[in-house]
Amino acid sequence: MSASIAGPAIRFDKIDKRYGGLYALRRVSLEIARGECVALAGRNGSGKTTLLRVAARLVRPTSGSVTFSDEVVGDDSPPAPVGFVGHATMVYDELTAEENLWLFARLLEVRDAAARVAELLGEIGLYERRGSLVRTYSRGMRQRVAVARALLHRPAVLLLDEPATGLDSASVAWLASTLQQLRDSGCTILMSLHGESEISALATRAIRLEAGAVAADSGDGASLRSILGFNATP
Amino acid sequence: MSLLSNATVLFGKELRTEFRSRELLTTTVVFVLMVVVLFSFTFDPSSLESRRFAPGLLWLAFLFAASLMLQPCFLREQTNDTLSALRLSVSDPFAIFLAKLAANTLFLLITELLMLPVFSILFNVPIGSVLASLVLVFFLGSLGVSVTGTALSAISAQARMRELLLPILLLPLLTPVLIASTEATAALLDPAPAFRKDWIGFLAVFDIVFLTALWLFGEYLLEE
Repeated sequence: MSASIAGPAIRFDKIDKRYGGLYALRRVSLEIARGECVALAGRNGSGKTTLLRVAARLVRPTSGSVTFSDEVVGDDSPPAPVGFVGHATMVYDELTAEENLWLFARLLEVRDAAARVAELLGEIGLYERRGSLVRTYSRGMRQRVAVARALLHRPAVLLLDEPATGLDSASVAWLASTLQQLRDSGCTILMSLHGESEISALATRAIRLEAGAVAADSGDGASLRSILGFNATP
Repeated sequence: MSLLSNATVLFGKELRTEFRSRELLTTTVVFVLMVVVLFSFTFDPSSLESRRFAPGLLWLAFLFAASLMLQPCFLREQTNDTLSALRLSVSDPFAIFLAKLAANTLFLLITELLMLPVFSILFNVPIGSVLASLVLVFFLGSLGVSVTGTALSAISAQARMRELLLPILLLPLLTPVLIASTEATAALLDPAPAFRKDWIGFLAVFDIVFLTALWLFGEYLLEE
């Protein structure tokens, strides 16, 4: 990974996020170590997506701070040094896979962008179809482009929000294999999950959120398996 | 990467997606054409009358067309949450606005320039001698509409009843631009054409003030 981070890869310090009178996150304090693969579990509305979006600096916390290495989210923070895969694909249907990756590579100032785009198109198995509009792709192919977009700048931290939703078994297997490679190469992964899959088996740590607060953390001694509620092996 | 480089890359994306789908240009050109043709049949004017009220009708048509064009500006970034991807990728969010308002200004200007000969024929108003000045007025007026409209499009895209909200916010704010553009156009179409520096200066100042406000506060409009 390109970024060098001292200390925890991500530190959430007393994060509160309120929407009107409703708390989406309540006093969340966490430290995610470098190279950890952390699974966020919890019911719908428990705050998983909000936490990930706060980490990506897409949502400003009501109070508290998120630190990547030695920088703190403030009013004038630049984009977070992360790759983010959300619920939606976050790519343009009217552009081809190659055009999408080229666009974001240029915005992210990726060195040797053409080579990186070609490399990722090969890795996601879409090099032959790189000239087709994304709207002609299946859900699984779109998700591959979404993952490639998030990996363009070789981020040290990867955030994924229910990345396996809507994917068939072959696509889930591909995603699990990709994430495993990233985890093994030292990339820090924070992902929200629903249900057991090959992806949940990659988790080295699990955290359960309830009503916006941390209810259980395998890093504090709780069983990873019990937090996720299914079989998971480090 | 500098703000301008980011904005240029995004401007290219805006042009590519629009010329591939032709959603905005087709809609606005057809709409303005219909309005101009309908007005010409309704009023059946003499050349002198045309010079008096046609500039107002023309800018009214442009304004309605702009509100149609500006609505999807940020709305279509929500379909796949591409706005989040852009926010994660650019170092200065103003680049997103800059690209969108440049594209909107260009599309509006193309619509206006396509309509100009039709307007000239239907309303019997010669424009050859003042064409350059008219293009300047159209550019400044379109820039004013686009700057304001792009900012409001970002606000309304995240709101409920967004289809209603944009015109409600847009029309009162654009009243000064509409008045200045109409007056400047009317002066140019007069039998004794005049280049009204006061109205054109007003348009330029309006553009600069709103562009500066967008640069200063635009980031907050993109937040969830």
